[in-house]
Amino acid sequence: MLTRRAAMFSAAAAVLMLANPATADDLNLPRQRVDLVAPPFVHAHEQATKETPKIMEFTLRIEEKKVVIDEQGTTFQAMTFNGSMPGPLMVVHEGDYVEVTLINPDTNTLPHNIDFHSATGALGGGALTLVNPGEQVVLRWKATRTGTFVYHCAPGGPMIPWHVVSGMNGAVMVLPRDGLNDGKGHPLHYDKIVYIGEQDMYVPKDEKGKFKSYDSPAKAYTDTIEVMRKLTPTHVVFNGKVGALTGKNALTANVGETVLVVHAQANRDSRPHLIGGHGDYVWETGKFSNPPETGLETWFIRGGSAGAALYTFQQPGIYAYVTHNLIEAAILGATAHFKVEGKWNDDLMTQVKAPAKIPPARIN
Amino acid sequence: MLIAFKLKLALACAAGLAGPLAIAPLLSEGGSPDRAMRDQQSMVELHPGAVSYRIAGDFTRAGKQANAPLVSVRFERSLSIMQHQVGAAEYQRCVDEAACPALDGNVTVAIDRPAVQVSWHDADAYAAWLSRKTGEHYRLPTDAEWAFAAGSKFGDDALPVDANDPSKRWIARYESESDRDADDSEAHAFGSFGANENGLLDISGNVWEWTSTCFVRTALDDAGATISKSSNCGVRVAEGRHRTYITDFIRDARSGGCAAGVPPNNLGFRLVREPNSWISSLASGLGKARVIARS
Repeated sequence: MLTRRAAMFSAAAAVLMLANPATADDLNLPRQRVDLVAPPFVHAHEQATKETPKIMEFTLRIEEKKVVIDEQGTTFQAMTFNGSMPGPLMVVHEGDYVEVTLINPDTNTLPHNIDFHSATGALGGGALTLVNPGEQVVLRWKATRTGTFVYHCAPGGPMIPWHVVSGMNGAVMVLPRDGLNDGKGHPLHYDKIVYIGEQDMYVPKDEKGKFKSYDSPAKAYTDTIEVMRKLTPTHVVFNGKVGALTGKNALTANVGETVLVVHAQANRDSRPHLIGGHGDYVWETGKFSNPPETGLETWFIRGGSAGAALYTFQQPGIYAYVTHNLIEAAILGATAHFKVEGKWNDDLMTQVKAPAKIPPARIN
Repeated sequence: MLIAFKLKLALACAAGLAGPLAIAPLLSEGGSPDRAMRDQQSMVELHPGAVSYRIAGDFTRAGKQANAPLVSVRFERSLSIMQHQVGAAEYQRCVDEAACPALDGNVTVAIDRPAVQVSWHDADAYAAWLSRKTGEHYRLPTDAEWAFAAGSKFGDDALPVDANDPSKRWIARYESESDRDADDSEAHAFGSFGANENGLLDISGNVWEWTSTCFVRTALDDAGATISKSSNCGVRVAEGRHRTYITDFIRDARSGGCAAGVPPNNLGFRLVREPNSWISSLASGLGKARVIARS
């Protein structure tokens, strides 16, 4: 307890030491430019850092594009940050400044902006970042809270949910400067990080029940809103499409490896569950200033938030990582697979007798 | 390669099937067999022969997971099997005559595309209807017959067996089944996946084919002799790029597979014709099926 309090105090002191710069130019901090990578991968980063706070520079380029979202070839008018659904995960440390250049190229058709749940003020930055096609904007916000947070486009009114369920959502992870801990003062590390963005999609169908295809986001709008109003998604997917993280694209790990899974859902509740595994340490609400829950079977990601789960694989095989509304997992698409290699542990599980006919009942 | 098929298209058009949707019963019901329909079936006649075949189903040996025995299956008689999968337009005729359940709205009903998203029962109903219409006996192939006809396109699904580590087998199967373009689920025109050495089109393309073989679990003793068998005919073997076992009422295995496997893209079927009538022996006697060039 004492250790933790002391740690918290020193963290608070470190933040206070930064003071409040009056203008942007007063920020006399080192800058670090980060090249973002598409999910499920995450750009290289330190888990704990000895460095002082920096200005972390990111670029998000908005891309409207038609994509295929399932094996049937259903098309979708996607709006994306950096071309992926979800947009990339941005990792910084508490006390860092996040400086985002948001570009809306003139090849796009709509105005867009960005609302960071991790930022303070101006609708998360949404009020300061509205850009028309052909414009760009630079926003800086201070990472004052640790945890995983959603960001999304929020250009006003019904545009907000439409842009979000069209793909304009992603996550930020603000790590404590001394890394993750179990809430009892013991540090926690991960060997690997996986970033899963779950998205509910609402694709209109024609009279015959066939999914419709549109030539532009605007043409899809009216029909899509009608489907959205029913609150019943036609697809619930991880990373932009059914099967984005299965088969050849399955996630991989080895027995003994510790994986941090960041799971973001910008719009709708979800219940991640690792079939055949657990959550060793889970920040269900995603905020690292709270102690993680331990040994979970299923955790809850509230719509509009991102959570994090740490797990050390103990058994080789294929694992399904699903939302445990299994209708959504198996029929609507929300399934990812982990292919885990290593040595089987008979103590944890063994097939004592292979499936065989039921033996005849004993007559006493 | 596609000459026979084009010939068939021409015949179909001449018979009034001008477009994919212009499907009308050609002959009176019930009475005499539909000759035009008989002629439309392009069959491939396979000469008697043998196939090296790993038996379908699950096997245990001395209580442990084991690969199925590899056997040689001999076909003493010739086997008459459809050159291509049953077409969506052909199937639609059966629907129009209320003998087959309707296709899903997503399925493109075209004369040169396979009927996909069909269950085993749908396939079985079609076989019964086609048999009634033509006066011949059509049925789904057994898994061994399918393997024989598939020839080099039939893959051995033996997997590494490590009695101490069930995950090895599981991962190996997952990897082998994942080795394909899972995104390509659209039903393509016949011939898009080429012909095998027997002239059969689209074997092991993106349409898996129902067989009549039930899911069987066999327990072998240490020496490999059968101790017991339990059979579940509610699950049938579907063949394609990999062998799979599917519940018979499933039409779309993409969303009917288990949590951590790789399901087939599409479910369709082709039929074999029993040599039980003068017309079929005449057709094969004329060498109609052998017209198909081996390119």
